[in-house]
Amino acid sequence: MRDVCIIGVGMNDWGELWDLSLRTIWTQAALAALADAGVDRVDALTVGCMSGGLFVGQEHLGALLADELGMAGIPATRVESACASGGVALRTGFLEVASGVSDVVLVTGVEKMTDCSGDEATAALATAADQEWEVFPGATFPGLYAMMARAHMAAYGTTKEQLAMVAVKNHAHGLHNPHAQYRRAVTVEEVLNATVVADPLTVLGCSPITDGAAAVVLADGETARRLAKGRPLVRIAGVGLATDRMALHNRRDLAALPAVTKAAQKAYAMAGITPQQVHVAEVHDCFTIAEVMIIEALGFVPVGRGGPATEAGETARGGRIPVNPSGGLKAKGHPVGATGVAQAVELTLQLRGEAGARQVEGARLGLAQNMGGTGASSVVHILEVIP
Amino acid sequence: MNVGIVGYGSYIPRRRIRLGDIAKVWGADAVAFERGLELHEKSVPARDEDTITMSTTAARRALARAGIKPERIGAVYIGSESHPYAVKPSGTVVAEAIGATPDVHCADLEFACKAGSEGMFIASALVRSGEVEYALAIGADTSQGAPGDALEYSTAAGAAAFIFGRDNLLATLDAQTSFMTDTPDFWRREYMHYPRHAGRFTGEPAYFKHTKGAALALMAKVNAKPQDFAFAVFHQPNGKFPMRVGQELGFTRQQMMTGWLSPWLGNTYSGASPMGLTAILDVAKPGDRILMVSYGSGAGSDGFVWTVTERIREVQALAPATRAQLDERKLYVDYGTYAKLRGKIRMGE
Amino acid sequence: MTTLNPARLTREYPARYRLEGGRCLACGAIVYPRRLVCPECGGREFALHRLSNRGTVKTFTVIHVAGSAFKHQVPYILAVVALEGGGTLTCELTDLVDQQPEIGMPVELQFRRIQEDGEAGVIAYGHKAVPV
Repeated sequence: MRDVCIIGVGMNDWGELWDLSLRTIWTQAALAALADAGVDRVDALTVGCMSGGLFVGQEHLGALLADELGMAGIPATRVESACASGGVALRTGFLEVASGVSDVVLVTGVEKMTDCSGDEATAALATAADQEWEVFPGATFPGLYAMMARAHMAAYGTTKEQLAMVAVKNHAHGLHNPHAQYRRAVTVEEVLNATVVADPLTVLGCSPITDGAAAVVLADGETARRLAKGRPLVRIAGVGLATDRMALHNRRDLAALPAVTKAAQKAYAMAGITPQQVHVAEVHDCFTIAEVMIIEALGFVPVGRGGPATEAGETARGGRIPVNPSGGLKAKGHPVGATGVAQAVELTLQLRGEAGARQVEGARLGLAQNMGGTGASSVVHILEVIP
Repeated sequence: MNVGIVGYGSYIPRRRIRLGDIAKVWGADAVAFERGLELHEKSVPARDEDTITMSTTAARRALARAGIKPERIGAVYIGSESHPYAVKPSGTVVAEAIGATPDVHCADLEFACKAGSEGMFIASALVRSGEVEYALAIGADTSQGAPGDALEYSTAAGAAAFIFGRDNLLATLDAQTSFMTDTPDFWRREYMHYPRHAGRFTGEPAYFKHTKGAALALMAKVNAKPQDFAFAVFHQPNGKFPMRVGQELGFTRQQMMTGWLSPWLGNTYSGASPMGLTAILDVAKPGDRILMVSYGSGAGSDGFVWTVTERIREVQALAPATRAQLDERKLYVDYGTYAKLRGKIRMGE
Repeated sequence: MTTLNPARLTREYPARYRLEGGRCLACGAIVYPRRLVCPECGGREFALHRLSNRGTVKTFTVIHVAGSAFKHQVPYILAVVALEGGGTLTCELTDLVDQQPEIGMPVELQFRRIQEDGEAGVIAYGHKAVPV
């Protein structure tokens, strides 16, 4: 397999973008990435999008968006893995370049979630869970994560306060992200006292409904070096994708995320590194409990210690292993299909030293972890900067 | 050839509302209502309960007592005036849920409050004729009264199920009868939400005339007097009527107490006298004779005479008793919650 | 397109109405609902296994904000229940009287209305957990 590098990144400002359609949001991010890469043609593109069909009634996004970009004719693949759609779109692009099929691939993610009612958006998001055996009898997405939270609290003594601290940290990080949907700090008290969505998760413990897109341009090593323009090269050193039983009630351990562990193990092995060597990570904090469980599953902290580690500041910028310097899904927003790609955008900026006020000092190895549903799929990418 | 009950079961929802909480909202005199009707509180179905769900639970309890495989049930009749569908039987869902399909006859019945006993009448006759081996008859309702109307104080929810057969009876059916005339004392027109009643006309010319008519015909059939019965149970739209008609027929309060559930249950319509029968069976002894007369507006009464067998002792404990369900672990709701649960609040489009 | 489509509902009756699942003949694993391939051993042959209607709560939450189908029922308790003899499912836990839900609580499954397709559409039935 050939080396695959990220040579350009782009995203737009995320939020409730009433004036912008899915096509426009996507095209803006795509053009930004192409400009950052210094290319105006690509060999292929991928689109991560959870549900153009349910949110805006539009499928066939690969062809549609290639057309929007003025590149009708190129191979275009729409990728779906619920909330991991973006990360899996990145892996798809990676494989296309690594295998030699294409030299330059535009990897994108997009979701337009505000062209439908809140109820419709909720129902669309719920299709990431088991429709017949979880959602039909009354499960909601936050409800499923809340059940995982309760199991985690019972098994390890994780507290509501520790969960709230994940939101506090990510909001603090998001203050420095000009693209973030929310740029305001929150306190533990505010998080705990906010409207309860599914006990113990309050509305401030849940990622929001967001419109947004993100894009990166991948190139094989040789092409990347040629187009480098003196900037440090960012290489995808490891990739891993794994799945788990779909329904939470079918999993052995209700407080664990084995798909994350398996995906990470593959990525670490490919990159030849251990978890302790990662300098900065962007993970899938769709709910506060998710981040707590993910940092355990990734091997950043021992199993059961995710709450205390967060409380001790280990995952804050400046801590032992900064997690979600971008603000995470919580503060940056979660346009579902775009999230996994935006993680790669943030890490690339971090590794190039271009993250401004969010910069994690000395970041040379980054890890992006993207997850679908309640953990039935997860994809991990490890990025390294090549001096 | 003996025909009778092989298994019985009942289901009463957990929720209750006190009459006083209804009266408060409509500015009515709660004390007078309670005294006048001899009703204190009534059962309220949860939003996820209906005639079908209650019938299924009652039927499963009847199966537990019957000790037979559900595939052997050849007929399922559900009598109710609150079937969830106007067209599509409740019986098909229950039959499917208990595993009696597909070789089963099914019909939904309606005759105001005697639809349950109607099912019992038909089920026993079908078994007696040899057409089926076992037949399941259920009386169940989640009946409604118009807000502020007298009926709102009594309309309640519950289900009673009986499996009829020829062997292993826990009670034999000694006689059954039916007494019916066209009497419009209480009715509900198609597409109307709530029933209407004709006030005091629902008394003597309706409830009392038909109940007595069936009871007398029944006692004549088996050549018995009131003293010959251990228990008597009548349709119980409130606490007063059954006691009055029973005493006028010559029964004592003592004979009627066990089956008399309405003061704390309300009127479970098609489930009313059948539920009373289950409460009696829960404590009856071998040899006890039971007289049961239902009443349905429109109007008519079905009457049955049962004799309890030795087998009753083996089955009483196999499923929850009716009185225990009535008295224990109740969940009281206020009128607002009651109105929400009963769909009486006009919702957004 | 909805889970309340009549054909789609009818085909799930064995599992939803009668708690029918399968027992893998190769490794004994219980699956609910029935499926074609055993998730434990990859086996393809199953015997009919009816779930017990008795079980325990493995985890739960109280849902305060729900989608349109359950909007007016909040707050309600959602639980993962493991049944005696095998099989786990997700369902509402209801009819608690003077009790709080607890991990380990013994429950029984009871036939209840789960959803309905508006005032004029079909009614979907299934099971919910109630305290023993």
